[in-house]
Amino acid sequence: MSADLASRPARRATVRRAARHRLLARRRLELALLLGPALLLFGAFVLAPIGIAAYYSLHEWSGFGPISDFVGFDNYRRAFEDDVFRGAISHNLIIAGLSLLIQLPLAIALALLLNRRLRGQGALRLIVFAPYVLSEAITAVLWLLLLQPDGAVDQTLQAVGLGGLVQPWLADRDIVLYTMFAVVTWKYIGFGIILLLAGLQGIPSELRDAAAIDGASPWQATRYVILPLLGPTIRIWIFLSIIGSLQLFDIVWIMTGGGPAGSSATMATYLIDRGFRRYQFGYGSAVAVILFLICFVFALLYQRYALRRDTRGALAQGVG
Amino acid sequence: MRSLRLRTAVAAAMAVGAMAVVAACGSGDSSSTSTGAGTSGGSTGAAASGEPVTLTWWHNATNDPLKTLWGKIAKDYEGANAGVTIKVQPIQNEQFTTKIPLALQGDDFPDVYQQWGGGQQATQVQSGKVADITDQVAPWIGDIGGIADGWKTDGKQYGVPYSQHVVGFWYRKDLFEKAGITEPPTTLDELNADVQKLKDAGIAPIAIGAKDRWPAAFWWEYFALRACATDTMQQALANVDFSDECFVKAGEDMKAFMDTKPFQDGFEGTTAQQGAGSSAGMVANGKAAMELQGTWNPYVMSDLTEDKELFSKLGWFPFPEVEGGAGDPHAALGGGDGFSCTTKQADACAAFLEYLVSPEVQKQLVSSGATTLPVNPEAASAITEPTVKDIQSYVNDTPFMQTYFDVALPTDIGQAVNDAIADFTVGQGSPEDVVAAVR
Repeated sequence: MSADLASRPARRATVRRAARHRLLARRRLELALLLGPALLLFGAFVLAPIGIAAYYSLHEWSGFGPISDFVGFDNYRRAFEDDVFRGAISHNLIIAGLSLLIQLPLAIALALLLNRRLRGQGALRLIVFAPYVLSEAITAVLWLLLLQPDGAVDQTLQAVGLGGLVQPWLADRDIVLYTMFAVVTWKYIGFGIILLLAGLQGIPSELRDAAAIDGASPWQATRYVILPLLGPTIRIWIFLSIIGSLQLFDIVWIMTGGGPAGSSATMATYLIDRGFRRYQFGYGSAVAVILFLICFVFALLYQRYALRRDTRGALAQGVG
Repeated sequence: MRSLRLRTAVAAAMAVGAMAVVAACGSGDSSSTSTGAGTSGGSTGAAASGEPVTLTWWHNATNDPLKTLWGKIAKDYEGANAGVTIKVQPIQNEQFTTKIPLALQGDDFPDVYQQWGGGQQATQVQSGKVADITDQVAPWIGDIGGIADGWKTDGKQYGVPYSQHVVGFWYRKDLFEKAGITEPPTTLDELNADVQKLKDAGIAPIAIGAKDRWPAAFWWEYFALRACATDTMQQALANVDFSDECFVKAGEDMKAFMDTKPFQDGFEGTTAQQGAGSSAGMVANGKAAMELQGTWNPYVMSDLTEDKELFSKLGWFPFPEVEGGAGDPHAALGGGDGFSCTTKQADACAAFLEYLVSPEVQKQLVSSGATTLPVNPEAASAITEPTVKDIQSYVNDTPFMQTYFDVALPTDIGQAVNDAIADFTVGQGSPEDVVAAVR
């Protein structure tokens, strides 16, 4: 009996150790089972292609026959010397900049509006969000038809007495990029609003009430209480928006093909054009690598400096 | 909430990676769809010895009438040749530029595939998988005349055309009449005068699909054909060297012509073939009087309008003479559609191509409306449309048929020329810039 009593804690410890071992083994198996396939896919379809593209980018290659014509970094030099590609980079940056300057305030304003209790709120939200559900290709074809000379857009403008505003939307080299931006905004504004609405839902109404009791005007409450609390959501939106702007492709490719005369080309349309239309696969790969590096470096820096505060807690909790 | 946001960020990061995948996959991994090519034997000459052969056939006829017709022709051929099976795979035209390089990099390539000849073919021959069928076609290639030369690379036959195209003006007889034009123009001066008459009548004179670039290239290439002597032209394309003065003159002539503003409003962003607002759609619906386009254009137009009487309203005239040029005033720009064979089933494929250019098939192509101009002169009798008969006789009489430059030149240069011409057409760049694109 006493022996029993004495050995009990020891046995319990052994049992516990064995259990922990089993648990650890199970944990490892779990990790391998759950992460393995994803890692394998990630390696095969993300990492390996990046490496292969980098390899191609050092060669001049038409896509046929062996890859033998090593040219070093010549393709990269050529890309940065090409006016069309430099133009494409600046177009991407203009779209990204305009997104921050115009789309973001617009999305915040509409989200604040739609967050208030008003009649037909559900219907309004649906309308605002609807374009986001359309695929980029459908959006592009839709607007391509609407923006034809003397098309629906021009006729509407004329009907409401704004005929003087009618422009060759897709034909004027000075306007076409802004036409692209307008279409992109039309498509993605709903996404920004939904994201921001979700953020607003997470802000307790007591805070606004408390601010009101302290004598804050509705504007002050919005400016000093709501907007700061919306910060994490806004920062995520900025991240997604800039990455999207840098990778802009479908809408531009379908609506203008990057033209007229390269005036709406983006890095991605340029890459497809040179790679697939001209069969310059080595050069196209170099452009792809440049595009990748720009996005990647931006993503890393943004994570490091802007998103760190927002994601740190989530990381710790997520793993635990 | 928080973890959701993190996931969004991760998703975004994945999107960055995915972009690189798209980029990299594009650059030539051979993971194209399995076609089952070469699963049955794979020995050449199988057809002759009666062994079963399967031919995988990639063509660009995703629309009728040609889609149905190719299916029927494949069945007919299978019926007449025991042991031959043809797997017909229609592939959207624009996809060939991506699918062919991917397929030829790997082992899953088709046995018969769409081929436009010229520099593009020469680029594909580098893969080593396009079959030299010079010997196989020698007994019958003479039947289809000089057009077959466009499918030669280094003097060897790597493909065979089945239809012929020529570029000229499609115009609306009713709109010409309305503007008081009685005869189609034969010189550039007459064309200029007609453009003015149409403008005075409030009609957009000429539609052009400059967004697609190649329609703009037709214009410059025709001006070059009129400015440059035939020899100069052939040398320039063979040597990829446009340094002759006449190519600058071509651009200057075109510039002078464009200064009269002959094209529709917003032509810089107009597509060639998509929708009623495209250049073909505008002519089809009476919104513009004419368009410089290939022989396929009436069939493109008929899909873009409700007008059942369209064909009777259309007329055709060749590119006019241009004063002061060294070129032949009747030289024509054109090309054709054809097929290449790959190495696995070269003999069986060549035998099938012989069938495609036989009068039997050629007449079906013409009478179904799938092809405007046959390559086999024996099938010309099947042409019934008076306008098409005119075109056929113009093609027969032309002293020199020049292949489209973007096809004749190596692909990268051909496309660079198209881009330079398109830029020039919308007002960016000089005649010299177009010439400089050829390097």
